[in-house]
Order: sequence, then C-alpha cells, then structure tokens
Amino acid sequence: MRNIPLPDAEILLNQLLDQIQADSDNNYTALVGIHTGGAWLAERLHQALSATRSLEPLGLLSVSFYRDDFDRVGLHAQVRPSEIPFNVNGAHILLVDDVLQTGRTIRAAINELFDYGRPASIALATLIDRGGRELPICAQYIGAGLRLPAESILVFDRDVQGRFNLRLENKKGVVNGAEDMPA
Amino acid sequence: MINRNPQLNKHRKLQHLLTTEELPAAILLQILNTAETFVGVTERDVKKVPLLRGKSIFNLFFEPSTRTRTTFEIAAKRLSADVFNLNIAVSAQSKGETLLDTVNNLAAMDADMFVVRHAQSGAAHLIAKHARPGIHVINAGDGRHAHPTQALLDMFTIRRFKHEFHNLRVAIIGDILHSRVARSQIHALTTLGVPEVRVIAPKTLLPNNVERLGVRVFHDMNSGLENIDVLMMLRLQKERMQGAYLPSSEEYFKNYGLTPEKLSMARPDAIVMHPGPMNRGVEIDSAVADGGQSVILPQVTFGIAIRMAVMSILAGQQV
Repeated sequence: MRNIPLPDAEILLNQLLDQIQADSDNNYTALVGIHTGGAWLAERLHQALSATRSLEPLGLLSVSFYRDDFDRVGLHAQVRPSEIPFNVNGAHILLVDDVLQTGRTIRAAINELFDYGRPASIALATLIDRGGRELPICAQYIGAGLRLPAESILVFDRDVQGRFNLRLENKKGVVNGAEDMPA
Repeated sequence: MINRNPQLNKHRKLQHLLTTEELPAAILLQILNTAETFVGVTERDVKKVPLLRGKSIFNLFFEPSTRTRTTFEIAAKRLSADVFNLNIAVSAQSKGETLLDTVNNLAAMDADMFVVRHAQSGAAHLIAKHARPGIHVINAGDGRHAHPTQALLDMFTIRRFKHEFHNLRVAIIGDILHSRVARSQIHALTTLGVPEVRVIAPKTLLPNNVERLGVRVFHDMNSGLENIDVLMMLRLQKERMQGAYLPSSEEYFKNYGLTPEKLSMARPDAIVMHPGPMNRGVEIDSAVADGGQSVILPQVTFGIAIRMAVMSILAGQQV
C-alpha cells in the first residue's frame, strides 16, 4: 500500500474546473460545498467561475444531521452549521465534494438541500471518484478516478499556505502521500 | 469508580444530563456549539432534521410545566423523534405506583430517552441510576436542585450577546434559596470562566454558605448592579409571599424589582434575562422586560436549539 502514487490535488482541481467550464450544457446558478474538504474546493471553484458568470453566494452543507450512521457513531464532536444563503427553490445547484466513494454523504446532502426548498436541478462535482458505490449516485464532473485498496482512507487536506494535498491513511495513520512514512 | 460522575459514560462522554455541576467546560461548550448549528435549522423552510427518526422520547412531568414541556416537545419533534407526553401527577402516581415502577413500565415500551421534571430533588438521578443501559435521562428540573437545560440556554444567550465569558460580571437576582435555575446557572458560569458572579437577594432568600459556590453576595441592588454586564432575574414564586420569607410583593418590588432606574446602575450595554414566566411588577418592571436591553424572548428561541443539541448528543452516545 506504500507505493500507490497519488495525483497532485491542485492539478486535479484545475482539471475539474476545465471540465465544468467546457460543459456547454451546464446551467447551474449556485455552488454548495460539503464540509470540510468540499467546502474548501467549492470556495476556489466559486471564485474562479464567478469571473465568467453570475453565481449566488457560496453555500455550505454540514450533513451531520442527515447521516445514516448516527446510530453507530453518534454526533460528530465538532458539528459545523450549514449555511445556504440563497433561495433553493428553483435553483440549479452544483454540489461539490472532495472524495466520492459510497455515495452516502451525497445522499445526505441531497436530502438536506430539499429541506431548504425544491431545487430545479442538482449536479455533482468531485475531485476524486474512488469507486465503491453503495447507492445509485454518480458525479457529472470528476477531477480523477482512482482505484485504491478498500481499507485505505483517502484524505484531502489543505496546508497552512492554503495549498491542497492528498494522502492515504489506514487506521494506524499516514501510509502514503505528503508525509510518507512506514505503515 | 464509586464516585464516577453518573452523567458521563466510561469514555467520559455525556450519557445523561442531570446537572451542570461537575460537568467539564469542554462538554458545556460542545453543547453550546452544537446548539449554534441547530439555530440555523429553525430558520429554514423545513424546520426539521431526520437525526432521531425512530427514537422514542418520553416527557415525564411529575410536576406541571406547560412551557418547559412544550420546548422539549418542539425540540424532539424537530429532530424527528416520536414524543410522548405523560402527565404523571394525575395518573399512575395518584394510584400509588412508585417512581421506579412507572419508569420501568415506560422503559418496557422501548423508550430511548426520558425528560424528567419532578418536585423532589434527585428524582432524575434516581431514574438515571436505575434505567437500563442505552436509556438517556435529561433533568428538566428537580426540586430545588438543578435545571441544567435552562442554565445552558442562558449560557448560550450570554455568549450570543457578549461573545466571551472570561471578561464578564454577572448578577443573579432574586429567590436564590428556592431556585434550581440559580444553582445550575452558578455552576455553569463558574465552569465557563466567568470571573465574577454575584447574587443579589434579601437574607431570607439566600441559602446558608452560598459563598461556597464561588459567588459574591449583595443585599442591595444599587451596589450589587455596579459594573454588571449580565442580569439574570429569577421568578419570585407567589407562595413565598405567604410565609415568613417576605413581607409583601410591593415591598419586594421596591427593593429588588428591576426598574429602569435600578438597571441604570449596571453597565449601559448590560443585557437582562429571565427564565420565565415573569411576574411583571414583582421581580421585573414592564419597561425593562419589554425594553431594549431585554433578551428574554431570544432566550426562549435558543432554548429549543439547546434542547435539540442535548438530545442529539445523548442519543448518539454509545453505552
């Protein structure tokens, strides 16, 4: 597991942005990022896309109150508030997350959005699609697809300069990526 | 293990909420921070999250209280729990059933959480001690002992308006002797680092050795309110007028009722709080209750978010 090469997160973000901009069919009016990684990405995408089109203020979703594993893991100790500063009714929303795997987070995010109103459409952009779907959910825009060992945890992070990076962890800690060390 | 705090499980996580006494600041802050996120939920189209779907919460009110019971009921419903209100004062207890028999019967109906209001101090502790593992107990007021969710919503309100605790002077004013609210407030304020907590009351309405709780005692409003940032008024119960505690409500109002004149002794940006229901013209003047420094109605709104936070933290805790 040590030697799986991971792509550069900043390059992936540019690829993701290119895809979104190249898609002539997209008609979204608002971006919503999922805490925490998706929110960072959405912030950067929002900034870049605002240059060429008019977007609603950036939305953030926490999904803590919509997770399906509450009975097993309880409430996250540091719940963050969701903030949707625009009218969801009739909005075309681009949902942004860092890593797409089972699809359960996206299910929770869609449910939460519908409690704010009835969006006209929701599309999904993700930096990494690592497969392993447990629900019928797919992303319209994908930075990269990665095949990774099922037990590994892909961590998307931001350093003090605000640069994005990826690393691979198992339950014992970091095994690959920015801070490579023995498993 | 003998003196283990009955509110915490073996991982030092909150299992029951019985009192603010001996709760670490980290847990108080976790509740306040979680409540912040629920304030946002109540501003949406759908004021409800699916977190406690399928959970059964029983409101066990052995002592009548429409207002507190309603806020717990609203909080539970906004978390999608099923809520059952039992007004036990008029049912099983009057047939001679013991408290624990009542609770065991309800536990057998697959309850996940009990919200308990009882006239006897310690009732919620007793239920928590005997409840089967996996059941959570919230104390909604027991005798003169504690009313932790009221104190927590007060802390939330203070933080919302004053942002910090470490630079505040807070005064609790009124019937400290009979008040479970005051006790819970004092413990929460001192744990959260408020450097100066004062109590202002006539000698007959103060418990013995109240200074041991870490408060300064004043018997006079004018000196007690000097430099105060937060005024926490207490409800003066009517029955106290009939005993030896006080001569009359007029006399009490003259000395301790919060009027604009007395309020002007505090800092100009001081906030005024009251747990409700208010006795206008007894402990508080209408001009203050409805005035610009009053945060009494926000307290009610925040009370729902605090109860949602406590319920969801407890329900997510593993045995």
